[in-house]
Amino acid sequence: MIEEIITSGRMNPEIDPVLHVWGWEIPLYLFLGGLSAGILIFSAYFTLRDRQDELPIAVKWMPLAVPFLIGIGLISLLLDLSHVLYAWQLFTNIRWESPMSWGAWTLMIITPLSIAWVAIWMEDIFPEWDWKFDAVKTVIKWLQEQRRILAQILILLSIILGMYTGILLSAFNARPFWNTSILGPLFLTSGLSASAALIAYFSKTEIEKRLFTRIDVMLISIELFMIVHLFMGHLAGTQVHIQAAQMFLGGAYTVPFWTFVVGLGLVLPVSLELLELKHKFIPAIVPVVLIIAGNLALRFIVVSAGQASRWLY
Amino acid sequence: MRYAMAVDTKKCVGCNDCVVACQTENDVPIGHCRDWIVEVTTGTYPDLQLEIRSERCNHCANAPCVRTCPTEASHYAAGGIVLVEESECIGCKACITSCPYDARFVHPEGYIDKCTFCAHRVEKGQNPACVSVCPTHAMIFGDLDDPNSDISKAMATRKWKSLIPEAGTDPKVFYLL
Repeated sequence: MIEEIITSGRMNPEIDPVLHVWGWEIPLYLFLGGLSAGILIFSAYFTLRDRQDELPIAVKWMPLAVPFLIGIGLISLLLDLSHVLYAWQLFTNIRWESPMSWGAWTLMIITPLSIAWVAIWMEDIFPEWDWKFDAVKTVIKWLQEQRRILAQILILLSIILGMYTGILLSAFNARPFWNTSILGPLFLTSGLSASAALIAYFSKTEIEKRLFTRIDVMLISIELFMIVHLFMGHLAGTQVHIQAAQMFLGGAYTVPFWTFVVGLGLVLPVSLELLELKHKFIPAIVPVVLIIAGNLALRFIVVSAGQASRWLY
Repeated sequence: MRYAMAVDTKKCVGCNDCVVACQTENDVPIGHCRDWIVEVTTGTYPDLQLEIRSERCNHCANAPCVRTCPTEASHYAAGGIVLVEESECIGCKACITSCPYDARFVHPEGYIDKCTFCAHRVEKGQNPACVSVCPTHAMIFGDLDDPNSDISKAMATRKWKSLIPEAGTDPKVFYLL
């Protein structure tokens, strides 16, 4: 057997011996971005289907959380920047080839739109609500008239936002584990699933609860299918991709991934949801907590594993 | 003009002079390095081979760091040298994760730093500091587009390789075999 021993004199912090430039901030930001995108997609979609009175939690209430979720996500992102005083440079440049540039611009447009979307429903959910100034009332009235156009724009931007949380990583071909185009759809589906679970949990009516539980069962099934394909793709790839997959198939990430993401985060909650749909009593908080924790675990593990995977070198 | 560097693996003795020269010339913060020495031993005892390489940013012609940078801080300068503009860098570290050579690091002041091929010396017609000090003349720097440059001649007459060519980055640091 021919052996190779590599001794490197390089010792840069956060680079050697294993790359670790992204800690908790980026996975949290990706999770909150995906969750916000999911909430907005459901709200806008069911508005277009004229089901806002039938599904009030999904359409009117959940979007209230979005500006806060995006805000926390952006703070988390800023905490990650090491040259934070220059962060404004993000918005003086448009770089088509850089997913991070796409993300920055999408967030810049979607944040005010999500606030406008919340404003549209304020009078519906808080009957006593008073905008106080006539000018504001005029603007809100105009926004309410444009509801359908705004919903269409929001769906488009939210799909970009949800996909971007995965595409951000898959664009880095230097990290073989991330270098798969399935991360975009996987993270979008996962964000949709987390928001569907939250909507089902907060729903007051049987119709809404059952609809979103059914949607969530479908989304989790798609997620499991995509995870299988993620590994199929890697195992059919080059040596570095095979090695990246092996971290999850016997290597360091095997136990955390299959236990916390797949077992406790997807298989168990989807089983509980199926029992719920068969009218078995399941405490509603259990699946939603499992799904949110699994969602977070997915992002933390994928961000960490990508940085641990490298070219043969 | 396409600047490139060749390191003669038959001459490099791994003395680290290039590393020290770089740190002095570029005021590299303590505990960090823009270039470094790698020793690769291959084979089975007693039939062993040792290759010593002075490594750094590969100034790729298809640089993923330039592609993924959201602010254009990472950019191609004259002759294809890849540089980071400190005042445009936000420290998002996308370039670090996109570099298959792990050639970049976070400077203690926050921006991302790496080998510049000593662009400030090259524009005055001088060699990079590491090339200038190499005691065994193992390093050659020059213009690949000039057939009479030392590097073009060396690449034409010697066998050579680059690191991880399969990553598709079109690196501009070569190792003469």
